[in-house]
Amino acid sequence: MSELGQGKIVKVAGPVVVAQGMSGAKMYDVVRVGEANLIGEIVELNNDMASIQVYEGTVGVGPGEPVINTGAPLSVELGPGLISSIYDGIQRPLDKLYALEGSFIQRGNALPGLDRDKKWPFKATVENGAKVTAGDIIGEVQESSLLLHKIMVPLGVEGTIEGIKDGEYTVDTPIATIKADDGSVSEIKMMQKCPVRSQRASKQRLAPDKAMVTGQRVIDTFFPIGVGGTACVPGPFGTGKTVVQHQLAKWIDADVVVYIGCGERGNEMTDVLTEFPELKDPKSGKPLMERVVLIANTSDMPVAAREASVYTGITIAEYFRDMGYRVALMADSTSRWAEAMREISTRLEEMPAEEGYPAYLGARIASFYERAGRVACLGAPDREGALSIIGAVSPPGGDLSDSVVQATLHVVKVFWSLQSRLAQQRHFPAIDWLTSYSFYKQYLQECFEDKVMAAEMDGMIKEAMSLLEKEADLLEIVRLVGAEAISKADQISLAVAKSIREDYLHQNAFHEVDTYTSLEKQYTMLKVILHLYKKGLEAVEAGIEPADIFKIDAMEAIARAKYIPEAEMSKIADIANQIDSQIAKL
Amino acid sequence: MLKEYKTVSSVAGPLMMVQNVDGAKYGHIVDIELGDGSIRHGQILQVEGDNVLVQVFEGTQGVDLDETKIRLLGKPSELSVSPDILGRVFSGVGIPIDNGPAIIPDAKMDVNGNPINPYSRDFPNEFIQTGISTIDGLNPLVRGQKLPIFSGAGLPHDEIAAQLARQATVLGEGEEFAVVFAAMGITFEAAQFFIDDLTKTGAIERSVMFINLANDPAIERIATPRFALTAAEYLAFERGMQVLVILNDMTNYCEALREISAARKEVPGRRGYPGYLYTDLATLYERAGRIKGNRGSITMVPVLTMPEDDKTHPVPDLTGYITEGQIILSRSLDRKSIAPPVDVLPSLSRLKDKGIGEGKTREDHADLYNQLYAAYAKGKESQELATILGEGALSEEDAKYMKFADEFELRYISQGFTENRTIEQTLDLGWELLSVFDDTELKRIDVDLIAKYMPKFRKNNGTSD
Repeated sequence: MSELGQGKIVKVAGPVVVAQGMSGAKMYDVVRVGEANLIGEIVELNNDMASIQVYEGTVGVGPGEPVINTGAPLSVELGPGLISSIYDGIQRPLDKLYALEGSFIQRGNALPGLDRDKKWPFKATVENGAKVTAGDIIGEVQESSLLLHKIMVPLGVEGTIEGIKDGEYTVDTPIATIKADDGSVSEIKMMQKCPVRSQRASKQRLAPDKAMVTGQRVIDTFFPIGVGGTACVPGPFGTGKTVVQHQLAKWIDADVVVYIGCGERGNEMTDVLTEFPELKDPKSGKPLMERVVLIANTSDMPVAAREASVYTGITIAEYFRDMGYRVALMADSTSRWAEAMREISTRLEEMPAEEGYPAYLGARIASFYERAGRVACLGAPDREGALSIIGAVSPPGGDLSDSVVQATLHVVKVFWSLQSRLAQQRHFPAIDWLTSYSFYKQYLQECFEDKVMAAEMDGMIKEAMSLLEKEADLLEIVRLVGAEAISKADQISLAVAKSIREDYLHQNAFHEVDTYTSLEKQYTMLKVILHLYKKGLEAVEAGIEPADIFKIDAMEAIARAKYIPEAEMSKIADIANQIDSQIAKL
Repeated sequence: MLKEYKTVSSVAGPLMMVQNVDGAKYGHIVDIELGDGSIRHGQILQVEGDNVLVQVFEGTQGVDLDETKIRLLGKPSELSVSPDILGRVFSGVGIPIDNGPAIIPDAKMDVNGNPINPYSRDFPNEFIQTGISTIDGLNPLVRGQKLPIFSGAGLPHDEIAAQLARQATVLGEGEEFAVVFAAMGITFEAAQFFIDDLTKTGAIERSVMFINLANDPAIERIATPRFALTAAEYLAFERGMQVLVILNDMTNYCEALREISAARKEVPGRRGYPGYLYTDLATLYERAGRIKGNRGSITMVPVLTMPEDDKTHPVPDLTGYITEGQIILSRSLDRKSIAPPVDVLPSLSRLKDKGIGEGKTREDHADLYNQLYAAYAKGKESQELATILGEGALSEEDAKYMKFADEFELRYISQGFTENRTIEQTLDLGWELLSVFDDTELKRIDVDLIAKYMPKFRKNNGTSD
C-alpha cells in the first residue's frame, strides 16, 4: 500500500475533493477520504493532484486530512446472495446498513456487497481434472426458488480444475483450484469481483430474435421490446413513468430483473420493497422478489453514488446474463444520472456543453445502452444470455428537445412517449400511440406458439393502428365542422378507434386481472373489437343508423373484457357472437 | 477560546473570501463579527488550502475587509430541540423571536440531516382526511407523503395551507398532531394570516414557526427549511408525533439558491438556476416520510408560486419530479369564485391508491374518482367545444357532460375555506353528481359497486325531477 502513497486533502467543494501527494494513483481508483473514511473515486489526475468524487456527504471534511488509495477500481462483488438484495449506488447492502446504523444513513461504513457468513449449498457440475477456461460453468447454487445461480470461472483464469466438491460454503471459501499450464495455481471462490465501468466480456454479440412479453397491451401489441433490446420512457412528471417501470419489472418475461432507483423518490423504493415480495410470478407462482436485485440511490442520497449506481446495476445484470439468463434492467431515471454527471463535471470546472451538461454526456449514455444485447456467453457449455435495458427519462418541463432525451433517442430502439394530455384524461399507461415507435415489431410473431394466430395478429395490429391514425384525422374534422358532417362509416371508425383506446390500450395497473394480459388474451380482445368494426361497417351499408349500433349491449361487454380473467377467455371470444346477434336484431 | 481571523480578502454579493485560515471544514458554520460588534452567521461553501469561501446568511452589507473578524465554530448548523419548541416562533435561522425564554435543549441536531435509508422507510398508506373534497375524494393525501401546492401570484394558496393545517386528521385514532410552518420570503401579512388562523383554533399550541419574511436576509432562506425539517424530524421520530410541514414559498428559497450560485459564478442551468437544484430540493423534500418501527410521520406540503402560472418553470418542474403528486390551483376557477380553486385534471396524488379503499376510506373510492375524473375531463372538452361551436351545436351527449362539469365545479370543487367535509360526504356527493349518467356510461366503476351505491342516489334524482 505504501508505494501508492497517502495523499492529503487540499480542497473541498461539495462532492468533489482534491488531494495532493497522490503519485502512483490511476484514474477511477477507489480511495478513502479524510478522517471520516469516506468512499471516493478518482476522476481527474494532474501531476500528483487527484480530483475525487466522494460517494458520501463531505460536510466536516477539510484540508490536511488524509486520502488513502486502495489501488483498485470501483468494483462489485458477484456471487450467490445478490438476489432479493437491496443495495445503494456502490453496492452497500441497505438492510445491513440499517441494522448497523439505524434509520438514517451515516458515513464511512463500507460493508461488503455479499454476506460473508451465509453458507450456500454448492453442487459441482465438472469433475476434477477437467480443463476449464474463463466463463465455464463449474457448479451451481440454488439461490432462490426462481434462480439457479451458476458459478463461473473468472476472467483471465484457465487450466485444470482440482479439489472441487459439493458442500456448504460461504462465498469467500475456496471451492476449487485451477492449475494453469505454466504451473501457477488460482483459488476459485463462489464470489468474484468485477470492475463496474467496463463491459463484461462475451463470446459474440447476437441480434435480437424475439420480443419480450410484458403483459402490457399497448407495449406488446404496438411497441414491443426485443430480447436484448433497449427502450426509453420519457415523459413529464405525473405521466406514470415509474408505474410503467414497475409494471415491466413485475411482469416482463425475464429470468432476472435488476431495478435501479437512480435519484428517485424514497417512497417509491419502499413501494417496490413492500409490494414485490407479495407479487407472484405469473408462470411459477413464486414471489417475484426471488428474481429481483434492487439498487436504490434515492435523490437525497449522495450524488456521486448516484452516478455510480447505473454502472453497479448493469454489471450485476451482465453477470446474470453471462450465466445464460434473460435479464431486464430498469433504470429510473437516467436524467438523474445525467444530472449527477453534470454536478460532478461542474465541480471539476470542466467546460460545459448544452444546458451545463458535460460534453461527454452523449458518449456515456450511448455506451451505457450499448451494454445491452443478446450474446453468446463465454465458456462452456454453450449458452445464450440477453440483457435488455429500459431507461426512464425525466425531461424538464416534458420538453423532448432536452439533451438527455436526445442523446438517449440516438441509441435506443424503442420509444414509449408519455403524454401529460393522456395522463390528465387518466388514460394509463399514457403511452402515445401516434408518436411512439419500436424497431422490434417484427419479432412479436415469434412469441406466439400458434403461427396462424401470429400472422393474424400481425394483420390486426396494422388494422388497429391505421384506425387510430384515421381517428386523429377525423377528430380534426369533427372539431371544425361538427360530428354530423362525417359519413356513417367514419362514425363507425371513430367509435371503434375509441374502443381500441379506452377498452384495449387503457390498462389499469392496479387491477388484479387487468394488470397483466397474456398475448393470447390480447389477441382475443383485439379480434373482438375489430369484429365490431367489420360488422358495424356492414350494418351501416345495410342502412342501420350508427347511433343504434352504439347502443347494443355488446359494446359494454367489450369495455369490460379486460377484467375477465385469463381462465375465462372464452367469454371474451363469445362477445363476437353477441355482436352478430345484436346487430342482426336491429 | 476560538481562533479569530481578520483576513477577509474579498467580499462579493453574499460571499466572503477569507485567507490563511487553519482547520476549516466544508459545511461548517462561522460567526462573523463586524467592526461595530454586531454578529452575523455564515457557512463554509468551499475550502481550498487555507482559503475559505463563506456564504453570509444576513448579507454582506457593511462588511469591511479590515475590521471584520471570523470565528470558526467547528460544527455544522445545529438546532436546539426539546418538546418546548411547540408553540414557539423562531427566525429563519432558528433563533427564538417571540420574546419567550431560551430553549433548554434535550439535544442539538445537525440541520443538514442524514438521508433516510430507503430500506428503513415505511410505506405511506394511512389516509389523512383534510375535509377538502378535491383532495380527499380525488387526490387523497396520506401520512408521510409530500404533496405540494402549485399556485400563482394572487391565488389563495395561504388559505388552503391554513385550511389543511386546521382540518387534517387521521381517521379513527387519537394520534398527536403537530404543524411545523416555515415561511421563506413571504409577506408579513401572509405570515400573520397563518399565525392568526392557528391562534384562533388553538392549533398554535401544537405548532412551531420558522419565519423569514420578505424583508429578512434572502440568503437566510437557504437555512430556513432545514431548521424547520430538523424540528419536524425531532417531533416525528423522537417524539412520535404526526407532523405536517408547510414550506411557504419554495420559489423564494430557489431564488436565494440561485443568488448564491450566481455569486459563485457557477455554470447556470435552466433560467439561471443551478444545475444541482434538483438534488438540493430532493434533500429537503425527501426528509418527509415514515420510518419502520416508529409511530411518527412527516407529511409535507410545500407551497410554491409558479411565475406566470408556468408549470414547466424549473421550480415547479423539479418539485413535481420529487414530490408524490401536486395540487394545482386554477386562475379561471378562482375568477369564477370557486374556492378552493383546485384544478382537478392536472392535480395528482401518486400515493392515492395506497391510502384508500375498504378499511381505509370506502371500497368504492378508487373507481369513483376514476369515473369522476373521466367524466369531468370529457365535460371540460365539451365546454371547450361549446365555446367554439356554440352550445346549440353540441350533441346530446356533449351537452350532458358539459352540464355535469358545471355542476361538478359548483358543488364538488367549490366548498369554501371553512367547510370541513367528511370522506363519506365527499364520496356520496360524487355518486350524486354521477347519477345523471346511465349505468352503462360509468365504464370505470365496477358493476357490483354501481348496483350497491347508485340506487340510493337515482331515487333522489327521480323524486326531485
